[in-house]
Amino acid sequence: MRAFLILEDGTVFEGTHIGARREIISEIVFNTSMAGYLEVLTDPSYAGQAVCMTYPLIGNYGICTEDMESRKPWCDGFIVRELSRLPSNFRCDMTIQQFLEDNGVPGIAGIDTRALTRILREKGTMNGMITTDEAYDLDTIIPKLKAYTTGKVVERVTCGEKYTLQGEKGLKVALLDLGTKDNIARSLAARGCDVTVYPATTTAAEILADQPDGIMLSNGPGDPKECTIIIEEIRKLYESDVPIFAICLGHQLMALATGADTFKMKYGHRGGNHPVKDLSTGRVYISSQNHGYVVDMDKLDPKVAVPAFVNVNDGTNEGLSYTGKNIFTVQFHPEACPGPQDSGFLFDRFIEMIKEGQRHA
Amino acid sequence: MPKNPNVKRVLVIGSGPIVIGQAAEFDYAGTQACRSLKEEGMEVILVNSNPATIMTDGDIADKVYIEPLTTKVLEQIIIKEKPDSLLPNMGGQAGLNLGMELDESGFLAAHNVLLLGTTAKTIRKAEDRLEFKETMEKIGEPCAPSLVVENIEDGVAFAKEIGYPVVLRPAYTLGGSGGGIAHNQLELEEILANGLRLSRVGQVLVERCIAGWKEIEYEVMRDSAGNCITVCNMENIDPVGVHTGDSIVVAPSQTLGDKEYQMLRSAALNIINELEITGGCNVQFALHPTSFEYCVIEVNPRVSRSSALASKATGYPIAKVAAKIALGYTLDEIKNAITGKTYASFEPTLDYCVVKIPRLPFDKFITAKRTLTTQMKATGEVMSIANNFEGALMKAIRSLEQHVDCLRSYDFSALTAEELLERMEIVDDQRIYIIAEAIRKGVDYDTIHRITMVDHWFIDKIAILTEMEERLEREPLTVELLKEAKRIEFPDNVIARLTGKTEDEIKNMRYENGIVAAFKMVDTCAAEFAASTPYYYSVFGSETEVVESHPKKKVLVLGSGPIRIGQGIEFDYCSVHATWAFAKEGYETIIINNNPETVSTDFDIADKLYFEPLTPEDVENIVNVEKPDGAVVQFGGQTAIKLTESLMKMGVPILGTKAEDVDAAEDRELFDRILEETEIPRAAGGTVYTAEQAKEVANRLGYPVLVRPSYVLGGQGMQIAISDTEIEEFMAVINRYEQEHPILVDKYLQGKELEVDAVCDGTDILIPGIMEHIERTGVHSGDSISVYPAPTVSDKVKETIAEYSRRLAKALHVIGLINIQFIAMGDEVYVIEVNPRSSRTVPYISKVTGIPIVDLATEVIIGKKIRDLGYEPGLQPAADYFAVKMPVFSFEKIRGAEISLGPEMKSTGECLGIAKTFNEALYKAFLGAGVSLPKHKQMIITVKDADKGEAIEVARRFAKLGYIIYATRSTAAALNDAGVKARKVNKIHQESPTVMDLILGHRIDLVIDTPTQGRDKSRDGFLIRRTSIETGVNCITAMDTAAALVTSLENAASQGEMTLIDIASIAKRGFVR
Repeated sequence: MRAFLILEDGTVFEGTHIGARREIISEIVFNTSMAGYLEVLTDPSYAGQAVCMTYPLIGNYGICTEDMESRKPWCDGFIVRELSRLPSNFRCDMTIQQFLEDNGVPGIAGIDTRALTRILREKGTMNGMITTDEAYDLDTIIPKLKAYTTGKVVERVTCGEKYTLQGEKGLKVALLDLGTKDNIARSLAARGCDVTVYPATTTAAEILADQPDGIMLSNGPGDPKECTIIIEEIRKLYESDVPIFAICLGHQLMALATGADTFKMKYGHRGGNHPVKDLSTGRVYISSQNHGYVVDMDKLDPKVAVPAFVNVNDGTNEGLSYTGKNIFTVQFHPEACPGPQDSGFLFDRFIEMIKEGQRHA
Repeated sequence: MPKNPNVKRVLVIGSGPIVIGQAAEFDYAGTQACRSLKEEGMEVILVNSNPATIMTDGDIADKVYIEPLTTKVLEQIIIKEKPDSLLPNMGGQAGLNLGMELDESGFLAAHNVLLLGTTAKTIRKAEDRLEFKETMEKIGEPCAPSLVVENIEDGVAFAKEIGYPVVLRPAYTLGGSGGGIAHNQLELEEILANGLRLSRVGQVLVERCIAGWKEIEYEVMRDSAGNCITVCNMENIDPVGVHTGDSIVVAPSQTLGDKEYQMLRSAALNIINELEITGGCNVQFALHPTSFEYCVIEVNPRVSRSSALASKATGYPIAKVAAKIALGYTLDEIKNAITGKTYASFEPTLDYCVVKIPRLPFDKFITAKRTLTTQMKATGEVMSIANNFEGALMKAIRSLEQHVDCLRSYDFSALTAEELLERMEIVDDQRIYIIAEAIRKGVDYDTIHRITMVDHWFIDKIAILTEMEERLEREPLTVELLKEAKRIEFPDNVIARLTGKTEDEIKNMRYENGIVAAFKMVDTCAAEFAASTPYYYSVFGSETEVVESHPKKKVLVLGSGPIRIGQGIEFDYCSVHATWAFAKEGYETIIINNNPETVSTDFDIADKLYFEPLTPEDVENIVNVEKPDGAVVQFGGQTAIKLTESLMKMGVPILGTKAEDVDAAEDRELFDRILEETEIPRAAGGTVYTAEQAKEVANRLGYPVLVRPSYVLGGQGMQIAISDTEIEEFMAVINRYEQEHPILVDKYLQGKELEVDAVCDGTDILIPGIMEHIERTGVHSGDSISVYPAPTVSDKVKETIAEYSRRLAKALHVIGLINIQFIAMGDEVYVIEVNPRSSRTVPYISKVTGIPIVDLATEVIIGKKIRDLGYEPGLQPAADYFAVKMPVFSFEKIRGAEISLGPEMKSTGECLGIAKTFNEALYKAFLGAGVSLPKHKQMIITVKDADKGEAIEVARRFAKLGYIIYATRSTAAALNDAGVKARKVNKIHQESPTVMDLILGHRIDLVIDTPTQGRDKSRDGFLIRRTSIETGVNCITAMDTAAALVTSLENAASQGEMTLIDIASIAKRGFVR
């Protein structure tokens, strides 16, 4: 069946319908990872967005369910050049077509994804519609596209109630689930932490009442400034003196909670090849990234936080170190999945920081 | 980290002559590295024995030494040039080994030369089998278990421990001789016994067999600060067991999930960190197809063939970045030259699919085994880019120029499914066609996978192609079907064949329906950033990104495609120089080529690069978009020449010599008329199509005769026939493929062969020099030792050659380059053939005379006159030194290949010896070619009757040098009768010890074996020659070569310090106008 991707600037791509039969309006973003489409689909940070994969051949190894980063796919739509008709992998459970259908995710295949990417690069991220309606009318659709916002999505993706993952050594880490990828909890548990995952709506008081040794703020979707209540609670966590490590949205919310600002980037960073420089050592790491907003470095108060990482390509902020606090936060994804595992040592650094704090306590 | 301020004068080592496994990719890497160093203000001193390279040009390095790559020579150069540092990792294994030897001997330290890039310690860790294994164990990276054994008992015991099957690799044998896979103890005992006997050191490596696992490679970069990135990963379609150089390879990996991809990526980074490599490195893994188990196969701590491929596949210039890292820069300080915005410290991401297919030389070596093993056999490769795998595969197939354009190009339709399965067990270059036929016959994927271990995903892609073939055959050709066929890159002519229409009908239908190629960019970043120097590939069904511009005159330079015997790196040299020369004259330059190993496909050589097949349809797609003002075909070898007619049909003017004049040189009748007009004699002959006609002509002329197809390079299919039977045999071989042009039968004249390359502007001709071949006519010019200036012919002959060249160039209205070959018998000169285009000897003669003839030819093509360019027309004065070009062969790599020299070219590369005297130049040339004698001072002579006279003289000279001579019965008798002491040795079938036992005793330095006239039918001679080659014994098959070698050895005895000649200074002198 034919399908159409209509952008708010009036561009229309014609392709083939894939996945669930449903019309969607969403923010259209592109991801440049060459592998790891399942991890992308199931990353809650894509809630409210439709993802275009720049790599043209998708679905080659099918769906290996154990690689899911959360319980279901969260993106509104999926845009690809070509879906593999035969998936091939020893762990493959089903085809990506089946997975999209089962989970109600519509999509479009067979479009010139590179042309789409070039438009988004030149004009910036924009909204779009995926539809199978042959009689679409641009005059009525475009105003609807312009009106769309992702809105408050964190509440949609966070877990319903708190749950725990047991490690061995028993450092208690509270993970605030703002839309967390499972590998954050897994990375901590693999290092022996007892991880308790809290819904995003949990108050600081509730978390602190469980007396965690450290707090982890996860990644998540949407405009950080929409999370006004969560920001307030994070401010309280900041003041608690419990060591904190935050990733992506968590990093942005901590910045907002401590007086810094964020802004929306032209087309964001989504992929597995972004170089970030550790300003304390000068070392460069290739990182996994997925963000459309970024902390404004010009408005940082060095008395509160100083840049710890920057993006080598465009010089944007990739991490902060909080002055006088056992808090550090990063914009990129040390939990990888998909993408390079080069910065996984940050979890060790977090655990070290907790232990260091305990030794001095 | 900024660059090291102490580095100012860098010595760069090249890789020497082109051999299988060490080819053009090192000219590409070395050239890029040198340019990168010069960009940083370094003075570059370059050493490479290969004159056909671009890196040995005066404008690439400041000082250029085309000298044998030995430690002695390098030491002399270091003493003379006083470099402060040495960059060894750009010249392949050859360069790396030399760098290590100089370091280990303490010579570098004694002369304050810093080893740049990777340290000696690192290289040992990566290269030494044992140290490597220990290092991998230390960091927990698994290797396949292996053990070196010296007897059968140990081998059996170890195999029991690790389990069958096991791989056996004898130490120090060439071409994988004596190795193999043993599935049980019986097989093990048999192979091991043979391997131990063949190994010079009596050692065989027994290794767990991981054949059938997925073979995955990563190209990794690391700087001195420890920053690491992976440039690219690649998946071999042929699983472990076939050398990656002989595999069909796809980039990026297609069948790996993120878990597998990142697991191996992290392992690669782990390894490069532990080895502390600074620069580029290639890591090869074997990945179990149904688990996460993997093994490290090997690590190459230097640029490599794979790194060249990765560079071209991604746009990331590995050699350039590696050179900057060697100077001390870190990755985040080096700009990404393609985007101009980002930095080298990022990982390219692809939004297309790349397929590489090797160019295997089995069309040259028809007796050779086509089987693919862990020993590389390919002479070159093609790369193609598309946004789907099927399309990339189809484009790569038609780029090969081996009479293939789709998966039906080898017809196996006569085989039954069962026969196909049997045939599929054989791993060779035709297996993909067998798989396709099996799919057509309904064999299921599981069965194909079980036999080939090719992943289901690739099998399904092949099936998509065979399904399209069937649809095109059966269904009416609708617009939708045509669109789909073009999306997966079916060329028009294949669609025409399958649908029963004409190619023009298909093309018209496409144009009417807007089904035209669009061009996309290789930009390293999947369009995330705007690119400043991208290159292009075509796809169907997309928007084009080429912005049509016409600010200045546009010229299309057609490249020469994959490296093959007969059409090598020389043509890339010519294409690149022509491109530069056009650019200097204010043209916008466009290169089309598909060879990832070459300089011409580097991202910043031409203004625009199209990485595309060189077929008329593919070229037309580009012409439609670019609308060039003209095209040059005379620099890209036969590949480009063949496109002349099509280009003219497209309305693209051919710059330089006109197409009809090119035809006149190839067309027998037209050419004979020209020779009559210009009063130039040639050997009598005729043109034929059938064996009957050929025999008739041959009998009229009298045997021996030379038989060859027209319009070929490298004498492909050329043979000397001495009888009707041979004519029949050769004609059958030539007519395996339909011949568009007639076959030539000429009287074979035996005399001195001479050659010129010249530039003609329509009026005047500039002849830089005359080259003389050491071997008599009958040995292909590319396989002959060639000497400049011609040492043994009279002035009268030289004058005649100059005069004939002038007449021929004028009669053929040559504008640009011309190559002419002559025979001199006494003072009589005959012309053999004329090629109004660039030739194999162009780089060589340019360098040794200092006359940049490609540049001059380009200027002439755009309308300048030789006199205006500061040159006096005619034959230029001879140099006051000698330059000897020595062919280099790769016979040891191709099992079963006939090594005897003849009219068909067999060499893969060449090296140069240049010196004040002929003898020294010859000595250097042999040295550069790796002929290092003597070790044991024992040799075997077995020659045909006609050669016995000359053999006596040659043997006498060897005896005088202290050689013990063994000879077979009749040769021994002839030698002893003439008073040259020779020990008689039995023939192979006689009782032991035979000549074969002698060779296998590893005590022989040299075998002189001249095959009987025509093609040697004797199994004995063939076996002797093959065994010599495979056990590393020098084997000479022409008496002229043998005489030259003994001359060189006589001279070696008195050879002290070698004279060193800086080629760059010759070039500068040449430029004086």
